[in-house]
Amino acid sequence: MTTTQIRLGDLSSGGASSAHRPPLGWAVHDSLAVTKRNLISLTRQPQLIVFSTIQPVIFVLMFTYVFGGAIRVPGVDYVDYLMPGIFCQTVVFGAINTGIGLSDDLQKGLVERFRSLPMARSAVLAGRTSADLVRDVFVVLLMLIVGYAVGFRVQTNLLGLVAGIAVLLLFAFSMTWIFAVVGLKAPSPETAQAMSFPILAPLVFASSAFVSTSTMPGWLQVFANHQPVTAAVNATRGLMLGGPTAGHVWESLAWSVAILAVFAPLAIRSYRKAA
Amino acid sequence: MTDATAVDSDAVIAVEGVVKRFGDVVALDGIDLHVRRGTVFGLLGPNGAGKTTAVRILTTILRHDEGTARVLGIDVARDPQAVRERIGLAGQYAAVDENLTGRENLRLVGQLTHLPKAIYLQRSDELLERFGLMHAADRPARTYSGGMRRRLDLGAALVHRPPVLFLDEPTTGLDPASRNDLWGVIQELVADGTTVLLTTQYLEEADRLADLIAVIDGGKKIAEGTSAELKATMGATIVEIGMPDHQSADRAQHLLTGVGPIDRDGDGRTVNVNVGQGARGVLDIAGLLEGAGLVPETFTVREPTLDDVFLRLTGHRTDDVPSNPDVPLAQEGAA
Repeated sequence: MTTTQIRLGDLSSGGASSAHRPPLGWAVHDSLAVTKRNLISLTRQPQLIVFSTIQPVIFVLMFTYVFGGAIRVPGVDYVDYLMPGIFCQTVVFGAINTGIGLSDDLQKGLVERFRSLPMARSAVLAGRTSADLVRDVFVVLLMLIVGYAVGFRVQTNLLGLVAGIAVLLLFAFSMTWIFAVVGLKAPSPETAQAMSFPILAPLVFASSAFVSTSTMPGWLQVFANHQPVTAAVNATRGLMLGGPTAGHVWESLAWSVAILAVFAPLAIRSYRKAA
Repeated sequence: MTDATAVDSDAVIAVEGVVKRFGDVVALDGIDLHVRRGTVFGLLGPNGAGKTTAVRILTTILRHDEGTARVLGIDVARDPQAVRERIGLAGQYAAVDENLTGRENLRLVGQLTHLPKAIYLQRSDELLERFGLMHAADRPARTYSGGMRRRLDLGAALVHRPPVLFLDEPTTGLDPASRNDLWGVIQELVADGTTVLLTTQYLEEADRLADLIAVIDGGKKIAEGTSAELKATMGATIVEIGMPDHQSADRAQHLLTGVGPIDRDGDGRTVNVNVGQGARGVLDIAGLLEGAGLVPETFTVREPTLDDVFLRLTGHRTDDVPSNPDVPLAQEGAA
């Protein structure tokens, strides 16, 4: 016990950080530590897991069995058409939790503690968005199982499925940065949640997620055909079901990169300012 | 550490002319503070006085607008990362993750302060043991009582053994027993050589823990000294005269104005007189009241408290003074 004790003086001469640099640097080390903390935290809040998985399952059942009969999409089974939309809806709504989590950390004083530690400044945001990405992987896999149970079948191949999920996850990751900004600006987690829904509802519902945009009034089509959720859904659909694909995939990737390019710096700035 | 000031090598914390504004609001209006190695420095003031702002600046969370602030000779604005390696922060705002267990919280801080794994694993257990949290080590912190949470919070500030510790209202909101408990822990840390800057609105806390006290109000330092020095500015003795009604209190106050500094309590019926010459002064007051035919309901002679000093200096009392924290120790959160 006495052999490993570090006396107070040891820290004031050079600090702890210079002692043993990890292979990928402290920023990665710290981000992983915060990611792990967020994931542990998530598993200890069963209500969060339940709501982030039950809700999309209800959507699948509702659209398949309740509305599905009334919705006709030419040339494709509705359940096949629907599932890529549901995947996208699920991860996009999941991004709200990024904002709620950050707002909660701010309100509870955890951000204050992190800022007083000699950790990488980027780790709080990177650790939060990475943890949410991991959660998205699990949620998408779960939805895939639910989809298979109600008759969804990938029409292309395994590569298409994996690529489709990859496009979705990148889009989901970019969306978490939008809600990181919302969470850092909101005065409370409750407000962060309330602020998020009006941003998401038009994006998710006025999109090609559940119905073909060609059934919408002309003015709405203009919006629906030129927004990121439609791009992500069309790309995923193309990769999983076939048909025109490459253009949609590029469009979705462009959206994701653009959102990241705008909102990641904004989030970092908001984090620096948030007190 | 080449920029360490040779002028006052004993000043672990050196703040000179620090100003901090939030828009039009001046939170700190040119504060000077010097804290010597191995001592406890108390920042005493009401809510909104600027105490927390001062701590946030010194812990690199906020940037000040003017002046200089150094911790262990390192400028907090110029090399915040070096400061962070050497300080710990605990108190009302710094917090623990309530979904993580006590042990996980301490280990997280160990990781984020870049300690080797073997060391932070061992330190986490040592701190849990030392702060009486071992029995709850593997329970999520949300199941902890208020006192346990504060001890965990303080533990989290100590994982990397910082030589300088900032405690922002460490016992606010705690019951008297837990407060006493935490005071004991802080005194142990100081005995081990840690330098502590403590903010508090509890006069008894400053009285008990701090070697030197700065009273701040409205972002300015209005007095500084040891507890005894601050009390000495009040005169030796305070006579507390409880009159039956406002009218007679007015008359008593008028009558006794020449005897010494005088003020009235919030209830409007209690007149406090500071007398410099002990028993003589007390007799004078009794004689004057007798002569004027004023009969008080209560007549108390006592030593001045920091509360009196505070009232004198700021014109108002601290908003929330604990009635008596020295009640018998009730074991909270014990297994």
